[in-house]
Amino acid sequence: MIPAAFEYAHASSVDEASKLLSKFGEDAKVLAGGHSLIPLMRLRLAQPAALVDINGIKELDNISERGGKLHIGALTRHVTIQNSSVVKDKLPLLAEIAGEVGDNQVRNMGTMGGVIAHADAAGDYPTLALMLDADVVTNQRTIHARDFFKDLFTTSLGPDEIVTEVVFPVANGPHKYIKFRRRLFDWAIVGVAAQKMNGDWRIGLTNVGPTPVRATAVEEALHKGAKPEEAALHASDGLDPSGDLRASPEYKKHLARVLTKRAIQQAQQ
Amino acid sequence: MAVTQLVGAKVHRREDPRLITGHGHFIDDFTRTGAAYATFVRSPLAHARIKSIDVTDAAKAPGVVGVYTARDFKGQLAGTHPAAPAFVAEKKYVPERFPIAEKEVTYQGEIVAVVLAESRGQAADAANLIQVEYDELPAVMDVEKAMQSGSPKAHEGAADNICWDLTYTGPEVSDAAFKEADVVVKERILQNRVAPVPMEPRGVLAEYEGFDKKLTIWMSSQNPHFIRLFVSGSMGLKESQVRVISPDVGGGFGSKISPYPEDYLVPALSRIAERPVKWIETRTESIQNATHGRGQYYDVEVAAKKDGTLLGMRMTQFLDVGAYVGTFSAFQACACLMAGGAYKWKGISARTVGVLTNRVPTDPYRGAGRPEATHLVERMVDLVALELKMDPVEIRRKNFIQPQEFPFTQNFGLVVDSGDYDKALDRALELVGYEELRKKQAELRKQGRYLGIGISTWIELCGFGPSAATAPATGGIALVESAQVRVTPTGAVLVYTGTHSHGQGHETTFPQIVADQLGVPYDSIELRHGDTAEGTSFGYGTYGSRSLAVGGVAISRATGKVIDKGKKLAAHMLEAAEEDIVFEHGSFHVKGSPDKAKAFGEVAFASYGMNLPQGMEQGLEAVAYFDPPNLVWPFGTHIAVVEIDAETGHAQLQKYVAVDDCGNIINPMIVDGQIHGGAVQGIAQALYEEVVYDEETGQLKTGTMIDYMLPSIGEIPPLILDHTVTPSPTNELGVKGIGEAGTIAASAAVINAICDALSPLGIKHVDMPASPDKLWHMMKEAGK
Repeated sequence: MIPAAFEYAHASSVDEASKLLSKFGEDAKVLAGGHSLIPLMRLRLAQPAALVDINGIKELDNISERGGKLHIGALTRHVTIQNSSVVKDKLPLLAEIAGEVGDNQVRNMGTMGGVIAHADAAGDYPTLALMLDADVVTNQRTIHARDFFKDLFTTSLGPDEIVTEVVFPVANGPHKYIKFRRRLFDWAIVGVAAQKMNGDWRIGLTNVGPTPVRATAVEEALHKGAKPEEAALHASDGLDPSGDLRASPEYKKHLARVLTKRAIQQAQQ
Repeated sequence: MAVTQLVGAKVHRREDPRLITGHGHFIDDFTRTGAAYATFVRSPLAHARIKSIDVTDAAKAPGVVGVYTARDFKGQLAGTHPAAPAFVAEKKYVPERFPIAEKEVTYQGEIVAVVLAESRGQAADAANLIQVEYDELPAVMDVEKAMQSGSPKAHEGAADNICWDLTYTGPEVSDAAFKEADVVVKERILQNRVAPVPMEPRGVLAEYEGFDKKLTIWMSSQNPHFIRLFVSGSMGLKESQVRVISPDVGGGFGSKISPYPEDYLVPALSRIAERPVKWIETRTESIQNATHGRGQYYDVEVAAKKDGTLLGMRMTQFLDVGAYVGTFSAFQACACLMAGGAYKWKGISARTVGVLTNRVPTDPYRGAGRPEATHLVERMVDLVALELKMDPVEIRRKNFIQPQEFPFTQNFGLVVDSGDYDKALDRALELVGYEELRKKQAELRKQGRYLGIGISTWIELCGFGPSAATAPATGGIALVESAQVRVTPTGAVLVYTGTHSHGQGHETTFPQIVADQLGVPYDSIELRHGDTAEGTSFGYGTYGSRSLAVGGVAISRATGKVIDKGKKLAAHMLEAAEEDIVFEHGSFHVKGSPDKAKAFGEVAFASYGMNLPQGMEQGLEAVAYFDPPNLVWPFGTHIAVVEIDAETGHAQLQKYVAVDDCGNIINPMIVDGQIHGGAVQGIAQALYEEVVYDEETGQLKTGTMIDYMLPSIGEIPPLILDHTVTPSPTNELGVKGIGEAGTIAASAAVINAICDALSPLGIKHVDMPASPDKLWHMMKEAGK
């Protein structure tokens, strides 16, 4: 389909992008990889008045480890994260997750910042960011992941605020991401991430609510010495997922429990 | 046929370099100078009265050429959208259809207005400005409820929603069989509605030249001659005033056989607006409006003896016709005639009921009736086997029509031409490692794992078809096939066929046949199709696995006529008697004197010269029509191996074996390709695909590729393919069709495997699509 007409502006720096966003006002959108935004525009579900293209801001496309933290620039493509030796060394779970995003076309274009700012409930990085207490850095401030994801497609970003990087802790112990889906390129019906860090487990759930979920009840049970299969029973505590064509709420809760058990078990293997 | 070099060889598809490198010509690659673009405004509601349409804002929008509603087409298009009688002659109620709704809309997506603009974007923008006021009416969505007397009607003012109710054979036909029975098994079997989703959606470009009164239509169609017939009729033009060109077609799966509203409206708009008009369907429009497939359920009973002998079947097909009767919709009732499958029965009672709903119409979709029949009979045979604790292989073998029994007249009087069902089954069992798998299954069951093996010993009828069978079904036009072979003075061979490839590789297969027959280089032969201004006066299109078995034979016969004329001329040139001329390896020679010879090219050149036998006209070309004496009956065995995750209900297809028999094979690579695509389509119906509408509001919920679950290569294991060869006695090439075979076979194999896997839980039947959520719920219920 043909999107509605819109203004287009290309930014060469974060500063310029921010100014352009201010200029166009609330109806402006940042264009990074475009793999979520453009389909929405083609269906006319999104009709932004303007797109600010940040693909030319090269400094946002980088990966580094500094002071025990892993910094992923907002414009870093999934394929770069997936193949990065730094990521594989410092936070291999992130590389694993990046390799599970979409298909080759999506991974070649889609970006870390785009996924975080889009805040789709089925996005994979937000789960990891939340469970590892990552920081979302913008051109204005640093936001803790737990304060960032507000609701479905809703974040605490201001209108002229741009995500510049996401800062994860280093964690290279046992880990696993299980993305349950029907087709290779699909979003998760339910996803579960498990990461052992500083002797304790961090467990995150994808697509079981409007925002990512940290399964603290599972983490606590494991901390107290529960076996994975026992602890995993708590994965659905407090969940109230919505149903869709792929899965009923009941099934999603069941999957949260089963996949949590499997993620922990497989991480330990 | 003479010694062959190309028939049977894996010749690479001639089409592929063009298509793979982006040099194909699909409908959106065409335009005309001065073309305006059309965007259709469609009903967002499943059922409503149109109160008013306000086009004021849209008409003033930038670039708009015009905005049109039903009344603008009143003088332009006559009659209703055709619904051919096809197979069910006695229709009770067929709603009238005008290509654009005036007072009532009856499915989400029905056209209510159209905008023409200078660009596609402007047309799309303006379409959003049209204000349509509706009075919503209750939507009829459930077929069973739609048949009840108090049901709302899919069309206001209709007496009921029953489109047809035809009993082919009454209960008395199977009474004796059921009296004799030791066991009777019953089941209701659903056929999920699926969308065809061709890679290339539809599109129409039309140019009406007012001075000459000539209309040219470029469109993505499987069936250009029929489109010319229908559209010329509706527009009040002679067929000779209309030319339909269907260029490269990116898939159809049956959805590009019948004419659509846009196929009438775009040419009419060109006549009204006096400029070329182009429309390209969007993906959502395609899922919403291209005719859907399947959408049926069956109530079935089977009677059998305790030794596994099948006795009788009683079945009723309930078919969701949708809001209008698709042109070839009733063809899907052939599921009744094919319900017996590969087996012998004492009696089959069959009835079909077509029911109107407020959904987009259903029409033939790859296999059309035959996948449904296979699914039904293969499921029921497994249910009998389960009841009798027999191996599904043994019950099949026990009831197969035997090789020496062909030609075999089945329960509905159709004559199955040839077959050797055990042979294909044996090979498939060997390839899949059946005995080992059964042992492995027993082991895994002890560990609480669910492995299943599903068998589908499918047969079909295709190659439509004999004039006696098809002319009454289409309203008079027999589905025979035409061909023309023209040889130019320098020996280039042009072959015209009335079939039209939408991915089948005709440009390769047909020249293979001609090259062998004429003994000339393959590269000197070119196949042309898809343009009603070329070749014979009528062509019948591509569907129902008919192109080779009917069109290929017509080509072979036209080629034979060319050779016959060549022999006469060669005899004259060689000063020999015609009956002494032998034609082989591309050369005419005198019997016993191979040195006294004229090459085919020399004879072709001479045919345009002055030294011809008395009474012979110049030129070397011939036309042939082939009216097959029977349909052809391919068969085979597909076996699926599935493991169901005990915790998640996810059905993992682990192995898939297909052994198919389509008689003699012209190009094994193309046959394998057809099986690949077809089987994946059947697997997809079994596990993934379903068009879902809201049962209350009639809103389509699967309007994008995100929600419509078309699987990808990632979900399908490598298919293990082989063939047996049982030539057809129906035509001299010994060929049968293969385009639909994979789809016909596959869904039954997959669902039988799932049911086999879950049988320890007491689960006997699973409907499609077998999603993990559905299987998990069933397993949980069964475990209680």
